[in-house]
Amino acid sequence: MATDITKVFKKKQSAILERWIKNQLANEGLRDDLMSNEDLRADSEELVAALVSSLNEKTLLDYESSEFDHVIEILSGISISRARQGFSPRETGAFILSLREALIEVLQEEIKDTKELMDTSLKLYRLLDHLSVITFETFIKGREEVILRQTDEITEISTPVIRVWDGILALPIIGTLDSARTQVVMESLLTEIVESGSSVAILDISGVPTVDSLVAQHLLKTVSATRLMGAECIISGIRPEIAQTIVHLGIDLSSIVTKASMASALQYAFRTLKLEVRKTVVKSI
Amino acid sequence: MERIPILRMGQFLLVTIQVDLYDRLALDLEADLVKMVSKTGAQGILIDISAVSIVDSFMGRIIGNIGVMSKLLDAETVVVGMQPAVAITLVELGLPLKGVFTALNVERGMDLLKSKIQIIEEDIIDPDDDYSTDLS
Amino acid sequence: MITALISLNKDNMSVIREQDVVPFRNRVKEHAVKIKMGLVNQTKLITAASELVRNMLRYGGGGEVLIEVVSRGRDNGIRLTFNDKGPGIADISLAMKDGFTTGKSLGLGLPGTKRLVNEFDIKSELGKGTKVTIVKWVNG
Repeated sequence: MATDITKVFKKKQSAILERWIKNQLANEGLRDDLMSNEDLRADSEELVAALVSSLNEKTLLDYESSEFDHVIEILSGISISRARQGFSPRETGAFILSLREALIEVLQEEIKDTKELMDTSLKLYRLLDHLSVITFETFIKGREEVILRQTDEITEISTPVIRVWDGILALPIIGTLDSARTQVVMESLLTEIVESGSSVAILDISGVPTVDSLVAQHLLKTVSATRLMGAECIISGIRPEIAQTIVHLGIDLSSIVTKASMASALQYAFRTLKLEVRKTVVKSI
Repeated sequence: MERIPILRMGQFLLVTIQVDLYDRLALDLEADLVKMVSKTGAQGILIDISAVSIVDSFMGRIIGNIGVMSKLLDAETVVVGMQPAVAITLVELGLPLKGVFTALNVERGMDLLKSKIQIIEEDIIDPDDDYSTDLS
Repeated sequence: MITALISLNKDNMSVIREQDVVPFRNRVKEHAVKIKMGLVNQTKLITAASELVRNMLRYGGGGEVLIEVVSRGRDNGIRLTFNDKGPGIADISLAMKDGFTTGKSLGLGLPGTKRLVNEFDIKSELGKGTKVTIVKWVNG
């Protein structure tokens, strides 16, 4: 008579858990610096309990079964949190793969018939392979989320609009100007123009490594949009090598006001607003 | 029939667009404005679009037309209060709004119109008057 | 990685008169607001929709627009499909060039519209009609 694996696993639940934890602790890649053994135990216990309760003759064959939803949920949670904590894919993989070993080891002790052992092991392998794939997928998703969040943060912190004077805004651009960045730059610049009622904006590109025709197009767009709002936009911080590239690429920037330095752009802005900065002469007695 | 009201303020005409323009309304506005300029001899038109959330190429063309037509009748056009999102969209669409000046708000628009007219008058009095150029 | 595009919500609207343009734009806006699209992207989408619906009225004699909320992976967006039974476009690649026009317009309709959205697809058959599909993602 075939062995009822549901019962076997239920009976051996704690043995599976112990074996698994032993396997994990024996693994050289154990990251006890990132995670305490208690946490590891708690994670493992939860997963084993969920897995054992959803495993039976039927679900063993059908790993798409909704019975595994809870298992997948727990597994995804563990995987995502590990991605965030900085575990490597190998370390996360070892976690789920060592569970497979523990399960097979228990099976070996319980099932004496070789053919039946083979059969059941194979099924179990397939199921756990499926679970490993899910682990990796969610692990990568977790990493992607980290990257996305960082990208958002970088975009946000790298576009500060500064009110340098009453009616004059400055926006230093650091890094490459792609179309997504341009949109953020335009949006924050134009919104600030409305809020502050400024009529001159200085776009400083000293921090932009290269200006190719695409970047130039983005700059031109920003200038045009500023003008549509009724403000003037000056581009400052044009380094000599950038001036060279612009000419060699045949980019026409003649329709916009360009200045070498932020200082000369500011001076131009003052003149536009009919302001004057003078040195006061202190008369000696 | 629904029409966009045109207000007269001294030598200027003032239009505030408060609704999303459908085509008929926009075409009527174009015709009405040109007629008004010719009738009143107004020297400037100020169009406030701060309440307009969408400017497509049709609307853009109407605004451009108003600018060019009134220029023929010797009046300048200033469009004021364009929303940031509208400006970004127009640039992406490739619509430059030729023939009109732009200003941030009604007050700035008025100042701009006044200065344009002043320059023209100064030109008539003293054509050689050059703008102070800084040699620095 | 190619993930399938899933349509979550469908809304069909027919545009046959010039007066239908503004209500149609409002309908698109409602859907865009519902999926929390930012103001700039909303404006780009609605402007693109406005351009296409005008083309449809001018050259195609009106037609149907399908408004869909779509999702692909982590992205949500709006897909608009414009269907008309007009004369069709003879040379699409020519129509997609900046500065080309057959009607009384600025001739920046199609390429300009394409720049406003993330995905743009046009199919046309002479004598049968034209179908334009655009997608704008929330973070696009």
